Amino acid sequence: MARSAPAPFVWGYRAYVLAFFLFLAAPLVAAGTFAFNDSLFPALPWQGFTLDWFFNDTEPKLGMFHDRRLLRGLYYSFVIALMVSVLSVFVGTTNAFLFVRGQFPFKNALYIVMVIPLVIPGVILGISILVIASNMANYFDRSLGIDLDFLRPGIFLVVLGQFSFITTITSLVITARLKKFDATMEEAALNLGAGRARVLRTITLPFLRPAMIAAGIVAFLVSFENFNTTLFLVGSEAPLTITMYDRMAKVGSTPVLNAVSFVLMVGSGLLALVSIAVQRDKSVR
Amino acid sequence: MVQKDVRRLTLILLFAPFAMWIALLIIVPHIGMVALSLREKVAPRVYEFGLGNYIDFINEPIYWNTLLRTGSMSLLVTALALLIGFPIAYYIAKIAGNRTRGALFLLCLIPLWVSDLIRAFGWILLLRETGVISTFLQWSGLVSGPIEFLYNDVTVIIGLVYTVILFMIVPLVSTLDGMDDSLVEAGYNLGGSGFTVLRRIIVPYAMPGIVSGCIVVFMLTAGSYLTPILLGGKNSSWFTEQIYDQFITRFNWESGAAFGFLLLAFTSTVIWLGLKLSGQTLANTVAKS
Repeated sequence: MARSAPAPFVWGYRAYVLAFFLFLAAPLVAAGTFAFNDSLFPALPWQGFTLDWFFNDTEPKLGMFHDRRLLRGLYYSFVIALMVSVLSVFVGTTNAFLFVRGQFPFKNALYIVMVIPLVIPGVILGISILVIASNMANYFDRSLGIDLDFLRPGIFLVVLGQFSFITTITSLVITARLKKFDATMEEAALNLGAGRARVLRTITLPFLRPAMIAAGIVAFLVSFENFNTTLFLVGSEAPLTITMYDRMAKVGSTPVLNAVSFVLMVGSGLLALVSIAVQRDKSVR
Repeated sequence: MVQKDVRRLTLILLFAPFAMWIALLIIVPHIGMVALSLREKVAPRVYEFGLGNYIDFINEPIYWNTLLRTGSMSLLVTALALLIGFPIAYYIAKIAGNRTRGALFLLCLIPLWVSDLIRAFGWILLLRETGVISTFLQWSGLVSGPIEFLYNDVTVIIGLVYTVILFMIVPLVSTLDGMDDSLVEAGYNLGGSGFTVLRRIIVPYAMPGIVSGCIVVFMLTAGSYLTPILLGGKNSSWFTEQIYDQFITRFNWESGAAFGFLLLAFTSTVIWLGLKLSGQTLANTVAKS
């Protein structure tokens, strides 16, 4: 520290930081802990430890791994998140090359355009895509008699809706990495007789790989937990967040939702660790 | 010559995904939304071009009150997130030792990986009438009956601050991290008090981070749906709820589209004002974080 402050101040400051982190952890701990409470309601008193909310196969204590609707939601979330991350990492990579290497008019203005989807409220992305897709579907249906089912609310629209703003995130992550690339490495490879495609495959893309993996993981998680955009585009194949919300809002909750929360927290925690480990890999720098 | 053609082709190939993404998923849908909002229903299946949906919005106080309420509460949440988050960010970036710093930063990020839904669910379990805090207070004898902490504005604000504060802390930490400690030292040596150093040196230095955090936080709050509804209950009067209501419950897409455009115009205006007042641009704030 630049200057030693009086001791009470420092201790007060530390207490504040500690209190803040307790505030941060409290709801997560509550959501996770009640998954193990042997009671029909996620509330005190504590009735003893159980794993029934994960593995039990009979009502009323139906565990999450036997709950068909939750499992189906998990499956759809997984499929959607996978598609979104593949697509958004691909476009994010081309965007990175476009903005780091390309020379074209209005580059700075277009860079800002690239950032904008991140500051549009998710609800609005959802309704605008819903409106345009439905209009197109209606138009084709009425004037040409073709039923374009994929333009009706469903997985395809959910993927498009999430892709529309997640691509900004992946683009920013991959652009930041490409900016750090030392162009002399490519020149060296070119001088040694490698073709452009080979340089890209053996030098540039391996350099970008950590950022691409990290961006993919972020995209996967953001897609998995997205609610606002998905809410308007969802069809009959409801992803997990929508299924959970319906339970929470309409049926009232049993600790099975805590079990799902626990599994999701552990899962995303592990993915986050993977993404950190990948980015720590500084072998190329 | 061939080299030049290859270059141009590469540029076009790289430009195509970007252009398709922005045009097909951002620009065209938004034009479609605005066009739909300008369509008035005059009779079943008969539509006319007009401002009717916007006039309805102005004539119905519930609608614009909700928008004003959403806007003012979002500003309050943004201010609170900045006030609460700044000391934390400063601690992580400047005071904590090297090892604690990484760990604390990671701790800050963990809730980021957990869905809004689970976070709101956690708050419900803590705060509702049969929740942890109410039970604990009864057990300790501080109160005699159960207390409902949910479904009021204070809870909604706490919940929103909780949901968005990480988006404030992360950009603040990354800007403060780049600040040279000798700047602060020099401020003290020149006779500045702690407050003067904060006001004249630290805050101006952190400005891009502050603006970036505020923009993202404001936008996320104004556009949030889950937290106000789950913690505020049926009467939370959040504007996104009105949009949902028009679209899904009443199936009045024209009016829903108008509401969507109003929300977008409102948040963009606030963000634009914030950028102008602080002399920052979108490129050196949000894009950097």
